[in-house]
Amino acid sequence: MHSFDVLVIGGGHAGVEAACGAARMGARTALVSFDLGAIGAMSCNPAIGGLGKGHLVREVDALDGVICRAADAGAIHYRMLNRSKGSAVWGPRVQADRVLFKAEVQRIVKAQANLTLIAGEAAALRLESGRVAGLELADGTALDAPRVILCTGTFLGGTLFRGEERFTGGRIGENSAQRLAKQLRGADLPMARLKTGTPPRIDGRTIDWASLPEQASDDESWTMSALTERRANPQVFCAITRTTEAAHDAIRANLHRSPLFSGAIDAAGPRYCPSIEDKIHRFGDRDGHQVFLEPEGLNTHLVYPNGISTSLPVDVQHDMVRAMAGLSKAEIVEPGYAVEYDHIDPRALTPDLQLRAIPGLYCAGQINGTTGYEEAAAQGLIAGLNAAAGETDRQAPFLDRANSYIAVMIDDLTLQGVSEPYRMLTSRAEYRLRLRANNASTRLTKLGVEAGCVSDERSKWFEHREAARTVLAPLFAQKLHSKDLAEADLPVRRDGGEKPISEWLRHDGVEFADLMPWVDTELAEALYANTDLADEMAEDAAYEPYLARQEAELRDLRASENLALAGDFPFGEVPGLSSEMIERLTSASPPTLAAAGRVPGVTPAALSALLVYARRWQTAA
Amino acid sequence: MSDTIFAISSGAPPAAIGVIRISGSEAGSALRKLAGRDFTARRSSLTTLRDADGDTLDQALVLWFPGPATATGEDLAELHCHGGRAVLAAVSRALEAISGLRAAEAGEFTRRAFANGRIDLAEAEGLSELLSAETELQRAAAIQMAGGAFSDQVEAWRTAVLRLSAQLEAALDFSDEDDVSELPPQFAEGIGMLSQELEEWLSRPRAEKLGEGYRVVLAGPPNSGKSTLFNALIESEAAITSDIAGTTRDVIERNVAIASIPFSFVDTAGLRDESEDTIERIGIDRAREQFARADTVLWLGPEGEGPERAWEVAAKSDAPDYQAKPSADYILSATKGAGVDELKQGLVEAARVALPKPGEAALNARQHAVLSDAAQALRGAIDQGDPLLCAEELRQARGAFDRLIGRTTTEDMLDALFGRFCIGK
Ligand SMILES: Cc1cc2nc3c(=O)[nH]c(=O)nc-3n(C[C@H](O)[C@H](O)[C@H](O)COP(=O)(O)OP(=O)(O)OC[C@H]3O[C@@H](n4cnc5c(N)ncnc54)[C@H](O)[C@@H]3O)c2cc1C
Ligand SMILES: Nc1nc2c(ncn2[C@@H]2O[C@H](COP(=O)(O)OP(=O)(O)OP(=O)(O)O)[C@@H](O)[C@H]2O)c(=O)[nH]1
Ligand SMILES: [Mg+2]
Repeated sequence: MHSFDVLVIGGGHAGVEAACGAARMGARTALVSFDLGAIGAMSCNPAIGGLGKGHLVREVDALDGVICRAADAGAIHYRMLNRSKGSAVWGPRVQADRVLFKAEVQRIVKAQANLTLIAGEAAALRLESGRVAGLELADGTALDAPRVILCTGTFLGGTLFRGEERFTGGRIGENSAQRLAKQLRGADLPMARLKTGTPPRIDGRTIDWASLPEQASDDESWTMSALTERRANPQVFCAITRTTEAAHDAIRANLHRSPLFSGAIDAAGPRYCPSIEDKIHRFGDRDGHQVFLEPEGLNTHLVYPNGISTSLPVDVQHDMVRAMAGLSKAEIVEPGYAVEYDHIDPRALTPDLQLRAIPGLYCAGQINGTTGYEEAAAQGLIAGLNAAAGETDRQAPFLDRANSYIAVMIDDLTLQGVSEPYRMLTSRAEYRLRLRANNASTRLTKLGVEAGCVSDERSKWFEHREAARTVLAPLFAQKLHSKDLAEADLPVRRDGGEKPISEWLRHDGVEFADLMPWVDTELAEALYANTDLADEMAEDAAYEPYLARQEAELRDLRASENLALAGDFPFGEVPGLSSEMIERLTSASPPTLAAAGRVPGVTPAALSALLVYARRWQTAA
Repeated sequence: MSDTIFAISSGAPPAAIGVIRISGSEAGSALRKLAGRDFTARRSSLTTLRDADGDTLDQALVLWFPGPATATGEDLAELHCHGGRAVLAAVSRALEAISGLRAAEAGEFTRRAFANGRIDLAEAEGLSELLSAETELQRAAAIQMAGGAFSDQVEAWRTAVLRLSAQLEAALDFSDEDDVSELPPQFAEGIGMLSQELEEWLSRPRAEKLGEGYRVVLAGPPNSGKSTLFNALIESEAAITSDIAGTTRDVIERNVAIASIPFSFVDTAGLRDESEDTIERIGIDRAREQFARADTVLWLGPEGEGPERAWEVAAKSDAPDYQAKPSADYILSATKGAGVDELKQGLVEAARVALPKPGEAALNARQHAVLSDAAQALRGAIDQGDPLLCAEELRQARGAFDRLIGRTTTEDMLDALFGRFCIGK
C-alpha cells in the first residue's frame, strides 16, 4: 500500500507524536524513518520534563500522546523541580533509562492502529501544482499523501564540531538527505543556523561516588503520565559535583581551540543551557558551576554530566573533567561536541505548523528552531492532529495561550521567530497560574475527547475523574468555624469567622488532613481515593482571586483574537506603519489582531492603526 | 479608502481668522479646485478661492502638507480664511460640493491621527482635553498630556516593572541552576519605590477638576446674604435676592474663572428646621447634598453651626443687623464690596493647591482608574511572599500600563474617546 492521508518523516520525539496523533485521529498514517530500531532514541540527555518542559509533556499526555507513558516506563529518577515555589511553576522531571524508554515508544508505535512503519530514507518531496502530493524514498519508492510532516531534527546541513575536528551530518545517509535539503532550500524558505551541544559521557565505574553529595529520586508517588498507575523501575540517585578553578584554567587556556571562539561556529546557541566554555567566558567571576552526574540507565555504566556541554578538543575535556571533585580518575567514554544546523524560520508557518509556501507540508521539532524533546513532542502532536484533521472530518482541539503551554510555544514560534534555540520557560506563559503541569488533563483531555484523538482508556479515566470532581465539590464548599479550628490547635485566628474549606486551605499550615475531623467519612474517603484531583481543586481555590482578576483580560484577548487578519491582509496598506513594522508583520503574518500585538517591536500606536484599519477592512470584505 | 474630510478647526465663528482643515487623499485635488493651482509643500501662500462657478469666495492663506508626515498622517490642507460666518459657510459649501469630500464628524481628525500612528492614546486624550480647555490652567495641563509627557512616564514605569519581572522570572525559571541565586535584597525596595511614585501621581489633582472647576458652595440660614454674595463672586445677577426668608429654593450653579482658575460657585436654599413648605424642604435637602460635593463651603450662619471644615464668613458687615463672628475667616459686605476681594484671594489660593499645577500632566478619570489598578497590583506585590503571585501582580501592573498607552483598548473605548472631540481637530 503506497497511499496514505498523512506521511511523517523522522522517528524522533516530534515524529512519533505526529504519527501517533494523526493515526489516533483516524487518518491513514505512515511513519518513515531511516532505522525503525532507532525510533524513540534520545539523542542527548535521557531526561524528560523539567521547568516549563514538564508542562509541555503533561499537555501532550493529556491529549493522549506517547512521551509521558514512555518516560514512566523508563524512569529511574523522579524529581519535582521548583517544589518550594507555587505549584504553577513546579516542573515534573524524570531521568529515564534510554533502552526502556525507547522500547516503550516502539511498543506503543507498533500497537497503534492506522499507523504503518516504513524503514527508509525520505529523498524528495513530491509536489503537484505547488502542493504536497507525497514522498519519494531513496530506493525509488513513491508514496502518495496530501499531507507530509517533516520531523527530521537537525538533518538539514548539520555539522558536528569537536575542537579542531569536523564531521558532517551525523548518522544521516549523505546524498539523499542532501537531495531533500536541496529541495527545501530551492523552495526559497527562510532558513537560519543554530547550534547546540552535548557533554562528554563518563564511565560510572570510574567515578568516586562516595565522595560526592547525592540527590535521591523523590519518594513521592506522582508519575509523568496520568495513565501510569505506579512507578515501575528501581530508582537510582544522582550525584552533584562542581567545576573548579583548575577546570576553568584548563578551559580558559584552550578557549581559542573551541569552535565557538575560533569563529568556526557563529550560529547562536541557547542562552539557557550554554556550553561550559560559554559559562566560563561570560561569568568569569564565578569560581565553580554545579554539575549533576546522572546515570543513563539501569544496565549501563554511562553517566551524563549535566552542565558541561562542550565542543572543546578531547584532551581539554579530559583535563576539565578530571579537575572536578569525585572525577579525578574519571574516564570519558564519548567526548562532547557541538552541532550546527539549519532550521526553518518558524514565522513561515501557520499556527497549525503548515508551511505557508507549500500547502500540505508541515514542520515539527528541532527543524523549527526549538531545542528539547518536550518541545519537539508537543509540536509533533499539533502537526499530526492538524494534518489528520485536514484529511478527516474531525477538528483538531482548539488551543490558545490561555489554555496551554503548547499554544504559547507555537504562538511564540510562528509570530516571533527564533534567534536562539527555543526552549520552553514558565515565564513565557502569561496565564501560567491556570496552566499548571498538574491540571493539564483538566484543561485539555476534554478537548482531546471531542477532537477524537484520545483512546477509550483515557476517555474512561477522564470521565471517572470528572465524576470524582462532582463528588468532591461539596467538600470544598463545606463551611468551618475559625473557633473550632483554633481549638484544634490549627494556626488560625479564633475570630476569623466561618469560611468554606476552600478558603481555609489557603492558610499557611492548614492541610486537608487537619480538616478531616469535620468532614464526613464518605467524602474523606473520596478525597483519599483522589488525592491528585483534590490537590488540584485546592490549588484552583488558592489561585481563585487571581484567576478571577484575569477574566476581563481574557475577554479582551478573545475579542481581539476574533478580529481576523486573514492570510491576505494587506499590512503594507495600513496607513502610518513604518516600513520596518510592515516587514515584521508581513513575515510573521499574525492571524489575528491579538497575535499582531505579540509580534516583537509592534508599538501601541501601530497596533491601534492596525485595529482601526482591520475593522474597516473586515466590513469592506 | 476613507473619505476626505474637512471642518472649521479654529473655534466657533465669528472670529478674525477661520481655519478650515481638509484631510485625506482628495485634499490636494480639492485645493486645486478651489484655488486653481498647485502649492509648494509647507509654505503659506495667499490665494483667491473660487467656487465651481468661478465666483470668488475669499482671499485666503493656504498651507499644503503632503502626507504621511502630517498631523493626521494623510494629505492635509489648511485654508486660513476671513473669519466671518458667511465666508466660512460659503467655503464649506464649496467643499461639500466636491465629490469624495464630506464634513468631518466629531473627533475625526484626531481619530485619523491616532489610526495612522501619529499619536498614541494618552496623547489623543490630552488633545481631547486641550480642545475642551477653557482656562489657561486647563490648557497647560492638556498640553503636557498631548506632548507625550505622560506617555513617556508610563513607558518608564513599564520598563521598571519589566526589569523587576525579569529578576523574579529568573528566580522562578532557573532556580534549578545554581547560577541564579535568590532575589536581590533591593527587589522589594524597587517595587516599593515604584509603588510610591504611582501613589504620588494618583494623589495629584485630576484633570476633570480643571474642567469642572473648584467647587465653592454657599451655605447658611435664610436671609443670611448667600445669594447676594454669590452674585458678587460671579459678578452677575444670576440669583434673586430679597429680604424674604426662603427666597432661594433650588441649587444655582455658575462657572467663572478668577485669576485664570476655573471655579464653580453654588448658591443654595437657606437652612432652617421649621419650614412647612415642601418645596423649600426639598431645597434644603439638596443644599445638604451640595456640602458633600464641595471643595469649600462658605458658611454665612452663626459661628460653629455650619458643616465641618466650612469657612466662617461674617456677611453683611455694613448692615444694622450685622452679627459679628469672633473667629470669622472673612468679614465682608457683599453689597458694598468690602472684603469680597480678600475672600476671592483666599479661594484662589485654596484652588491652586487643589487643582493641577500649571505644566503638570493631570490624569483624567480613565487614566486614574487604570493607574489605580497598576498601583493596587504593585501594593499587592510588595508583601506577597509567594514569588509566583508576586510575578502575577507585576504582570497585572504591566497590563495596566499597556492599557494606559492604548495597547489593548477595544474599539468601543476608542469610539467613546473620540466622540468627545469637537469637530476639526
Ligand atoms: C548534540 C545535541 C545535544 C542535545 N542536547 C539536548 C539536551 O540535553 N536536552 C534536550 O532536551 N534536548 C537536547 N537536544 C535536542 C533534542 O535532541 C532535540 O531537540 C530533539 O530530539 C528533537 O526532536 P526531533 O523529533 O525534532 O528530531 P530528532 O529526535 O533528531 O529526530 C529526527 C529523526 O528523523 C530521522 N530522519 C532525518 N532525516 C530523515 C530522512 N531524510 N529520512 C528519514 N528519516 C530521517 C532521524 O533518523 C531521526 O530519527 C540536543 C540535540 C543535539 C543534536
Ligand atoms: N446691607 C447689606 N444687606 C445685605 C448684604 N447682603 C445681603 N443683604 C440683604 O439681605 C437680604 C437677604 O439677602 P439674600 O442674599 O437674598 O439672602 P439669602 O441668604 O440668599 O436668603 P435665602 O435665599 O432666603 O435663604 C436682602 O435684602 C439683601 O439685600 C450686605 O452685605 N449688606
Ligand atoms: Mg438666596
